[in-house]
Amino acid sequence: MATAAAHRTAGAPAYGAPHADPDGDARQRAFDAAVAADERVEPRDWMPDAYRATLVRQIAQHAHSEIIGMQPEANWITRAPSLRRKAILMAKVQDEAGHGLYLYSAAETLGVSRDELLDKLHSGRQKYSSIFNYPTLTWADVGAIGWLVDGAAITNQVPLCRCSYGPYARAMVRVCKEESFHQRQGYELLLALSRGTSEQHAMAQDAVDRWWWPSLMMFGPPDDASQHSAQSMAWKIKRHSNDELRQRFVDICVPQAESLGLTLPDPDLKWNEEHGRHDFGAIDWTEFWDVLKGNGPCNEQRLTQRRRAHDEGAWVREAAAAHAAKHAAKHTGKHTGPTGVEQA
Amino acid sequence: MTDTDWPLWEVFVRSRRGLSHTHAGSLHAPDAELALRNARDLYTRRGEGVSIWVVPSAAITASSPDEKDPFFEPAADKPYRHPTFYEIPEGVKHL
Repeated sequence: MATAAAHRTAGAPAYGAPHADPDGDARQRAFDAAVAADERVEPRDWMPDAYRATLVRQIAQHAHSEIIGMQPEANWITRAPSLRRKAILMAKVQDEAGHGLYLYSAAETLGVSRDELLDKLHSGRQKYSSIFNYPTLTWADVGAIGWLVDGAAITNQVPLCRCSYGPYARAMVRVCKEESFHQRQGYELLLALSRGTSEQHAMAQDAVDRWWWPSLMMFGPPDDASQHSAQSMAWKIKRHSNDELRQRFVDICVPQAESLGLTLPDPDLKWNEEHGRHDFGAIDWTEFWDVLKGNGPCNEQRLTQRRRAHDEGAWVREAAAAHAAKHAAKHTGKHTGPTGVEQA
Repeated sequence: MTDTDWPLWEVFVRSRRGLSHTHAGSLHAPDAELALRNARDLYTRRGEGVSIWVVPSAAITASSPDEKDPFFEPAADKPYRHPTFYEIPEGVKHL
């Protein structure tokens, strides 16, 4: 018997220790068999250290992306052109915060603490998606982010709903349900601009021109240069390769762009009848690596703002903890459980 | 003072009357009251629930991790607990 909390705080030492263990091989075989049979791995199961480390890295990066991703869009909340658009944008930014929380919870089941993850984000030791290091220059960027950035995220995340690690897969199911609204509001926003005045149409086109290539980079480096891909596929953390998902996204976007009355900024983009897919131009990977290294237009700004928000929220966390301590002292010994809890 | 001082809570949501509460996820909060409020904001933004339970994760006692372990074995060799174990002549109704 063990408490459920034990697997969160002490998961690694209790179940994932690499010490000499006569059962080690048997555990590895059981893990391999479970993954091969498409069963889910749950927090307290034995798992290889490298599998655990890969998941922590990926889920943390995913969580960080969600909360850093609030910034470029929040930038436009006070300047939304109507109350309707403002309410939508606030709901969307709140969703991104929620997605971050689902993902931090999933990461914690692997034996890391939330503070540790936030520390690593704030000190630059863990990354977030490089897409959020681009600025949102006009209102149309809010539309382009919803359509393209959230669209790319959905293409990436739908297969993650079948990821071999249970808590990550379950978080993705919730996230994907909510992302659909994000993408549609962005598309609708762009459509309104595209069908508006010539200035509005130009603004929409400019946003798409700037966000298209960074969105394609969201799928990560090409398969032959992706260092983690093969192992993640073998573990069924990933179900499709970066290039496969990127291709799927391009094929989805081309007709959507046509319906918007906007063009995609790629002269080499054309239908390939023989292969039944679109060919597209070469991606500038130098830019991708450069932004990832910290040299994007907004890297510094995003991290500075994140650290500041965390520091400025300290008094709220302290006040809540003080209130809880005072309340607990006053009610010592008294039943404090929720009322009306019947047998489930 | 850091967030680590805040305990972890497991959140159970009843999606509508007539159904039982189902595990939705977990969150950190300093006390039960804030855990409930946070759970509402985090897990029921789209009317997913009519009732929420929050339980300190540390208060949950769980069986061992391997679902195939001997803890559950007594149930495995008693097929006579299932109605399909019994052969009934064809044509016998309401059984």
